[in-house]
Amino acid sequence: MKQSSFLKKIINAPYMLWSVLFTVAPLIMVIYYAFTNADGAFSLDNIKQIGDYASTFILSMGYGAVATVICLLLAYPFAYFLAHCGVSFKRMSVMLVMLPMWMSFLIRTYSWMTILGDSGVVNNFLFLLGKKEPLPLLNTPGAVILGMVYNFLPYMILPLYTVMDKMDNSLVEAAQDLGSSKLNTLRRVILPLSVPGIASGVTMVFVPSVSTFYITQKLGGGQINLIGDVIEGQFQTAYNYNLGAALSLVLMVLILICLGVLNYFTDSEDNGGVLI
Amino acid sequence: MKKLFSVFLSLFLMAAMCLPAFCEDEVFSDETVAYYKSLGLEGTTLNVYNWGEYIDDEDLDVVSQFERLTGCNINYTTFESNENMYSKLSGGGVSYDIVIPSDYMVEKLMNDGMLEKLDFGNIPNYEKYFDAEDYGYLVSDEVNGEKVSEYAVIYNVGTTILIYNTKYVKEKPDSWSVLWDEQYKGKVLMFNNPRDAFAIAQAYLGQDFNTTDPADWDKAAELLRQQREKVSPSYVMDEIFNKMESGDYYLGVYYAGDYELMKENNDDLDFAFPKEGVNTFYDAMCIPTSTQNKKGAEAFINFMLEPEVALANAEYIYYATANKAVIDSGEFSLADSEAVYPDPDSITVQQFHNLPNDTLQYMNTLWMKVKGENNAQGIYITFFAVLAVIVLIIVLTVLHKRKMKKYYNV
Repeated sequence: MKQSSFLKKIINAPYMLWSVLFTVAPLIMVIYYAFTNADGAFSLDNIKQIGDYASTFILSMGYGAVATVICLLLAYPFAYFLAHCGVSFKRMSVMLVMLPMWMSFLIRTYSWMTILGDSGVVNNFLFLLGKKEPLPLLNTPGAVILGMVYNFLPYMILPLYTVMDKMDNSLVEAAQDLGSSKLNTLRRVILPLSVPGIASGVTMVFVPSVSTFYITQKLGGGQINLIGDVIEGQFQTAYNYNLGAALSLVLMVLILICLGVLNYFTDSEDNGGVLI
Repeated sequence: MKKLFSVFLSLFLMAAMCLPAFCEDEVFSDETVAYYKSLGLEGTTLNVYNWGEYIDDEDLDVVSQFERLTGCNINYTTFESNENMYSKLSGGGVSYDIVIPSDYMVEKLMNDGMLEKLDFGNIPNYEKYFDAEDYGYLVSDEVNGEKVSEYAVIYNVGTTILIYNTKYVKEKPDSWSVLWDEQYKGKVLMFNNPRDAFAIAQAYLGQDFNTTDPADWDKAAELLRQQREKVSPSYVMDEIFNKMESGDYYLGVYYAGDYELMKENNDDLDFAFPKEGVNTFYDAMCIPTSTQNKKGAEAFINFMLEPEVALANAEYIYYATANKAVIDSGEFSLADSEAVYPDPDSITVQQFHNLPNDTLQYMNTLWMKVKGENNAQGIYITFFAVLAVIVLIIVLTVLHKRKMKKYYNV
């Protein structure tokens, strides 16, 4: 018994070391910077200043929420469909979902600029249809949301697909045998069973959406300033590591609260939590 | 992208062609070759930290030429902003022998005691080729009682510039006010970094770029806020190349040398130096105190001043060089460019200096406010509606579940 737990420790050691070095240590540094001033003395000034950025926090959460909901609405039916089709088609579709992820996130976002620009692909097509003025697509909230959805959609599809693929179809059949309508089956059987997938998909889309700064800079034309941009600015141009760290810390706490709420609602039954 | 491709192509061609050229020296005089041989740098290492795409690696390939002449091995790395460079350098753990920061950053590094005084005895070319008459004033300031020119050798000089598309902007603008003109709404590009963006508002207001008075910064921020309201500019950096070249935007501000690059791809573009003044800047070669090879670093600075090298760099970078020999050679293709070499009497310029930290932070806070104001109130309302709906759904589901549970348990 003892030996096996020792063995376990050995097997765990590399990962533990990794997470201490690259997760725990940076986290401690963030906390340290957040509660000190430029001279390294303890101070709460940074936390006090955060009130100024309340509207930015709310806006970021809003963007994240919208992107997450759209991802969920798009991914859910698709994942269901994927789980119930032929093997070869399934394999190909999953490949197609993964394919964009093989390319750099930065390049994919950058290329949306060329697609959405005033003389971009979309507008050129509209000109062909006889439209005179270019449709302003870039630098709008819509473009930013699109960027988020496009970039993070695979992270929603994959966990949903995994859950649904493993779902026991006989439960659905049983519901149908007992005279449940299609809608009712979806609501009472399929939806509850796919909750772990929804939860981890929501986490994986919401968190990067809330904290992104590259997408807003490129697709929002610098006009839409989310909390990620503010934090980046604190580090890159203001040298205010302390405020930057405080903002990051608050962002982390807010995300944790959001996920905690989600966890509370979705984990009430005996489904194993897939959350962080 | 095109540039990157040509870099690869030329590297490939160099590999194929240049080996024979290296054997007998076609580039440098025997004297020069002998001088660099005699320095005894064989086997040493030099860490050079420069801006991206800021040295010729096509025609001459400056770095490998230096390695060839001296036998010194160069580790060449790049940064993308002065601030990035500063945080890496001040963080310690790395040692660089050459860094090439801009004006205000040179002063900041001097102020922090992070630069070595240069021994100009090892940089004989400075005396010969540096255009002190035209550019000496840029480094004549003092930091803590010491002249900047004793610590930094100017590499390139430039100004900010107003770029416009003649197809849409019929009259040559002569004032920054054009960037506040409502008829160009949605067609204006601004800098996406606070210092450069504020400088435009400050010039328009007739302020000193280096003011430390918060009231001045407030006024400039108010002007930038009005600009958002009136023309809702896009805030960009390198993306400006795409956006101006494609004709999507009518007006933009960027650095003069880059205008020439854009002009090559879109002939409708033209430039103007607004009468209120522009920012003039320089990038300079410096030796940080963490250097392990000061003699090698000085030899490198000297080498960068060699006429052949300076010409190759100038042709590659497109900024104005402060090297007399380049202009005198008559071979520099941009020597006649009025954007790169404006008549100094016809334009008003101001220089950036190092600002105290609290001013920098205040500027940044204001900048965040200017940019953070998301003028479309509708966005808020939509988001709140979406959030409310989500919460409602969740609450209803939970209540429903509880009710069902109770029902079944009973």
